[in-house]
Amino acid sequence: MTMNSILPIFIWVPIVGFLVSIFLPKTNEKLISGLAFATLVIQLTLSLAYVAYWLITGGETFQVKEIILFQNADYIFQIDFLFDKITAVYLVVGALLTFLVTRYSRFYLHREAGYKRFFLTTLFFYVGYSLTIISGNLETLFLGWEILGISSFLLISFYRERYLPVKNAVKVFSIYRIGDIGLILAMWASHHLWGQNITFFQLNNAELVHEQLQSHSFVGVFISLMILLSAAAKSAQLPFSSWLPRAMEGPTPSSAIFYGSLSVHIGAFLLMRTFPFWEYQISVRILIGGLGFTTMLIATGIARVQSSVKSQIAYASIAQIGIIFIEIALGFEYLALFHFAGNAFLRTYQLLVSPSIVTYLIREQFYFFVPRARTIEDFMPKRLQHSIYVLCLKEWNLDSMLYKYMWNPMKFIGDKLNFLNGRRLLLFFIPSFGIGLYVLNKSAGLPASWVSLAPIISASIGLVMVFKSFTQRNSIRLAWVFVLMNHCWIALAISFNEKFDPMETVLYLSGIGVAGIVGYLSLQRLFKQEGKISLNRFQGLSENNPKIALLFLLACLGLTGFPITPTFIGEDLIFSHIHEDQFALAAIVSLSFILDGLAVIRMYARVFMGPNYRTHADFSNRYF
Amino acid sequence: MQKPFDLHQVVHELKHFLPAQAPLMDFVHHNTLHAFQNHEFHAGLETAHTKLGYQVYFPLEIFRALHDEGRISTAILDRVLTEKKGKEAETWKGKLLFGSYDTIQQPRVGALRGQWKKQYNIDLDSLVHPTLFRLLGNYLDQGISIWNFPIDDMPFLDAIRTLEKSAWVSIFKNKKSQALLFNEQIGLADLLTALLGNHPELFEQYLFDQQFAHQGWSGMVSTIEDQPQTLLDKRQIKLEDVIFLELLLELDALDDRLGTHWVGLGNQLNDAITPLHMPIIRTEAMEVRSLWQEAFEWTYYDQVLKGIQIEQIDSVAPHKKSFQSVFCIDDRICSLRRYLENEDPACATYGTPGFFSVEFYYQPIGGKFYSKVCPAPVTPKYLIKEIGIDKKRETDLHFSKHSHNFYSGWFFAQTLGFWSAVKLFVNLFKPSMGPTTATSLRHMDKFSTLKVDFDALQAEENGLQIGFKVEEMAIRVTNMLKSIGLVDNFAPIVYVVGHGSSSVNNPHYAAYDCGACSGRAGSVNARVISQMANKPEVRAILKSNGIDIPDETIFVGGLHDTTRDEVVFYDDEITDPTYQKLHAAHEETFRRALDMNAKERSRRFESIDTHDTAEHIHEKIRLRSVSIFEPRPELNHATNALCIVGRRALSKGVFLDRRSFLNSFDYQVDPEGNYLAGILNAAAPVCGGINLEYYFSRVDGEKLGAGTKLPHNVMGLFGVANGIDGDLRPGLPTQMTEVHDPIRLLMIVEHFPSVVLTTIQKVPATYEWFINAWVNLVVIHPETKELYVFNQGEFKVYQPIADDIKAIEHVEQLLESHQENFPVYLINQH
Repeated sequence: MTMNSILPIFIWVPIVGFLVSIFLPKTNEKLISGLAFATLVIQLTLSLAYVAYWLITGGETFQVKEIILFQNADYIFQIDFLFDKITAVYLVVGALLTFLVTRYSRFYLHREAGYKRFFLTTLFFYVGYSLTIISGNLETLFLGWEILGISSFLLISFYRERYLPVKNAVKVFSIYRIGDIGLILAMWASHHLWGQNITFFQLNNAELVHEQLQSHSFVGVFISLMILLSAAAKSAQLPFSSWLPRAMEGPTPSSAIFYGSLSVHIGAFLLMRTFPFWEYQISVRILIGGLGFTTMLIATGIARVQSSVKSQIAYASIAQIGIIFIEIALGFEYLALFHFAGNAFLRTYQLLVSPSIVTYLIREQFYFFVPRARTIEDFMPKRLQHSIYVLCLKEWNLDSMLYKYMWNPMKFIGDKLNFLNGRRLLLFFIPSFGIGLYVLNKSAGLPASWVSLAPIISASIGLVMVFKSFTQRNSIRLAWVFVLMNHCWIALAISFNEKFDPMETVLYLSGIGVAGIVGYLSLQRLFKQEGKISLNRFQGLSENNPKIALLFLLACLGLTGFPITPTFIGEDLIFSHIHEDQFALAAIVSLSFILDGLAVIRMYARVFMGPNYRTHADFSNRYF
Repeated sequence: MQKPFDLHQVVHELKHFLPAQAPLMDFVHHNTLHAFQNHEFHAGLETAHTKLGYQVYFPLEIFRALHDEGRISTAILDRVLTEKKGKEAETWKGKLLFGSYDTIQQPRVGALRGQWKKQYNIDLDSLVHPTLFRLLGNYLDQGISIWNFPIDDMPFLDAIRTLEKSAWVSIFKNKKSQALLFNEQIGLADLLTALLGNHPELFEQYLFDQQFAHQGWSGMVSTIEDQPQTLLDKRQIKLEDVIFLELLLELDALDDRLGTHWVGLGNQLNDAITPLHMPIIRTEAMEVRSLWQEAFEWTYYDQVLKGIQIEQIDSVAPHKKSFQSVFCIDDRICSLRRYLENEDPACATYGTPGFFSVEFYYQPIGGKFYSKVCPAPVTPKYLIKEIGIDKKRETDLHFSKHSHNFYSGWFFAQTLGFWSAVKLFVNLFKPSMGPTTATSLRHMDKFSTLKVDFDALQAEENGLQIGFKVEEMAIRVTNMLKSIGLVDNFAPIVYVVGHGSSSVNNPHYAAYDCGACSGRAGSVNARVISQMANKPEVRAILKSNGIDIPDETIFVGGLHDTTRDEVVFYDDEITDPTYQKLHAAHEETFRRALDMNAKERSRRFESIDTHDTAEHIHEKIRLRSVSIFEPRPELNHATNALCIVGRRALSKGVFLDRRSFLNSFDYQVDPEGNYLAGILNAAAPVCGGINLEYYFSRVDGEKLGAGTKLPHNVMGLFGVANGIDGDLRPGLPTQMTEVHDPIRLLMIVEHFPSVVLTTIQKVPATYEWFINAWVNLVVIHPETKELYVFNQGEFKVYQPIADDIKAIEHVEQLLESHQENFPVYLINQH
């Protein structure tokens, strides 16, 4: 057996652990945590042995071409793996921390209602983490990336019967979604840049990269920016930082490992992984370093004024990741890796023992109290000092800015579209889509300018659909159907754009179709049991209907292109048919995808999570 | 009905209803629904439920399940129904068993302010709370933030004003709001008028809605306003100021979101809003639950009473005692006393509130503050100082604030970071005590000296008298000895053992220590009272009071760590070899008893196998107390249900499963009930408070309890919240209450009913507990063992109906049988 052929084992171990866990009885805590622990013991032992052996045998970077999932004349979707020092460090640190936290949680979560759910989600997260760090190309990385996103959502909303965890989970998910789109666009542009799906290993070929970028410098910068966008979102750098402290809603060990250590350092991983690509784009390097630097300053300021222990650790960690960004931008890869490991360990431990801070600091205060102790800020003029203090207290408005510039405009547009009520829109949809299909068939005879506009028009109609879905307050079924319609219009738009095998459209829509029907049926079933449910408040129905909740969640995942249906490949494929000069179309389609995800997750959260409508009046749901 | 808006009155009223829990450091148990204690229990509960939306009983399904399991006895249920419902008992039984009732809560509080959402689709809570909580948290913070609130020497609102005046950035979104803040002429009523229109009749209700949307924060502010000393780093804050700021923030949010497109809420109310304070209408749904509750309680009480009535111990005439030991009345000590008596039948144990009748402030060496070590309502005039050389305190760099700055953090991450991984590994696989552990042993150094004697040269410090004068000592020693009935037949050694606990990763650590010492360990008190009782001058006065302590008797203080089941004796004062030998033998008795006690406790812990030997189990129990991953170092007062005030012989022969507070009392020593009055004045609020806090945290973990502690985030060192934007969570976490059966405390007093009746009526505050039935009371006649239950002001004879009280030979076998609560058993105790 060669090193190469056993590399995928690091994905298979957590996957097997996860799959077996699904079938364990809910009440058997020993078995559930035992299995998770065993999975991590195996993973840790194997990875230590593997890395040791790899180091002894020279520590060469190598790649593994695994399987081709889809292929046509000019497009390949392939699962690739890569192993180098970055993977080695992330593998060992990840395995060690997850191992320790599994052990911790085994006792800590005793008697918690979601005991099994916690370990399942943790293993699921770990599958995503492992896949991300040993991925060999952007497509494979994206697979893991998506799993990280959804498992984060589930972990933050672990206490799903409460208001704030669910709200914050949706918030974090929406920011992750921005990161996802960054990656999709990077893949899209990269596909056009190279004319193929390139692996990370090929990026190490400096000459090749350099040559290619010389002739396409704009696309090159675009790709780098998209990668930076993804990395910044995932690693809570500016302007996204405020999600990290808000993710600390689950049990302390999950906050410790995911938001204190592993999940937040994935952005840094992405940068290190793609470093050879942007190594010669000096402007990009300056930008990354500058972003890291600004984040470091701002996050430290915010950390200094936090009066709650977890948010303080969160911002302190963000500041360190800012420095890691600088180190990466400067090309100090070893230092960055070392820093990552140290920071991950430190923050995990600090969070795990954070409840002890009361005992510890009260005792310190009891013996060493100095009234009005001076801090470094006292040297600033009062006015400046107070201004910075208020800014830090308000987290530099980072959180409200997300509302202002992200949610509110969308809600605004959605509200402006109110004249299109549900029925009218349905009436409009069927004939217009029919016309669209007709036109598509006859497009050969139409003026070229029309044909070139058709994709944009169709995609825009699709976008309107998803806006309507996103701002829907009453009918869930209508919101659901709007998302489906959005996908149909996008398929139509792309069909206008380029002639390609209709099977690809089928591939794209197949998953959506199945998920759409499953979702719709589960809503029907739910209505039968609960009466009509609106989207106006959280309903908390997973408590009463856990099975429907799970089914609907799967349908939601299918509909958002999560890697459980062929739609996942289809989404990527759709993008490959958008030409490299069609930024408007790419923008509309990617905005649609962002909103799809948000609309669908919002629906799931509203219907199945939050305080239960049977026991909580809608004005008293925030008590706890 | 137009009521003028009386601001002072409304704020006073609000403060009365808000949670009264002090900051974590001073956690003391109290009746969570103290504001409703002027009502009869069930009426008070229903009022709280209707007005404030609290859950106050188990849900019906749980009661029914308990009935199916036999934990609510049908015979008792029938009796309760017959007593309360007479002829209609059968109909009501049908309702209890099969009736179906709506579960949705539409509490009155919140409905008015909820109209913002309904009419304008605006969620004020999410716009206002984060800013408000942050300002409050940062202002009150006791040491988490590195950069403190820049103005902390001013009252809250003035500090905000100053900050707003000098900073270029504002906490508000509109200039208008800032102008309102600066205008000192503006009062609460003006802001309320701006928000609601000219409808003063709505103001009070609106303020209740607003403050009860974050009762945790408001309650904390209100408590700090009344007791500023509960924060070491003092702050001047008033609830009124917080309301003022919150109203401003609400106006600000409305202006920002709706511009000019809104009018005062009171001007266009479409829905009928029930006035908050309108008398409530009792509902059948709640009455059904109250009846279940009675049946649940009496099912347990009945067996206890029967057990006590038929219990017999082979009491030989007073023989020479090997040692006597005075403990706290705490329910956790109940089993330890049983084991001590088992190990050494010649010993005698006593229970009295764990501050041992000595009330004072304590200052350890190097301490910058005083800690109060007596019941919370008492304000002591004395100070006890620890003297000696300051010791070194361990530090842990993981809590260093330097790790949070980018420059030093960079260094920390690259160095300490790797040490963290090692530390975590060790902590998970081999837990041990460290600087993060909260342990009662640190309360006072075993080898230090206490300054107990008054010294005219060093008489006072900050208005407190340092040490006690001889007469003052004598009063306290007499009080303690007389109240527990230990007045003669003294053994060579009398131990006085306080208690405390050890835990790690536990912000609620103070709730684990001695409630009678304001959430501190009782070690200093135990040692102080022992030193007092050992003084010849004190003994001389005692002798003239009729208590003759022979010269051969010495008092020795000690501390029982209830989490680790360890006892430390302050025994270096024993110099005589004879006593040293005796003491060594007793220590051995204690050791064995503690092992067994650990074993008995372990049956509730999933991770420990109770079949193991006592020594092994004890080792695991000790590890548990220092494990960072263990949210249940001990179960504290969970399952408490009884308080027995009487001679040890009264309950020695019944197995009470650690569910009883035990206060020693001898009616012969106190025929008129003078000491009894003292005992009940303390026991009703202390034990009743503990009991009801567990009760309410158990039945409503959302609003009255703190919920599961796993996601808790420490705020400013004074409270915990979920996540970073949540409300503070007063009350007890689920991990402390989950095994608790929510039943009221049954106080069993051994005396003549007529004496008890006059005794409880002496202090109105105490009487309220009994007459309104927040604590149940039964008197057992010391001569006939006849039982009398206190009901609506009088004692009525009670006949227990339980007829299946079993006797058991071996407690150990019982312990190994299962984890749940045990019924009452008769045991063979000498």
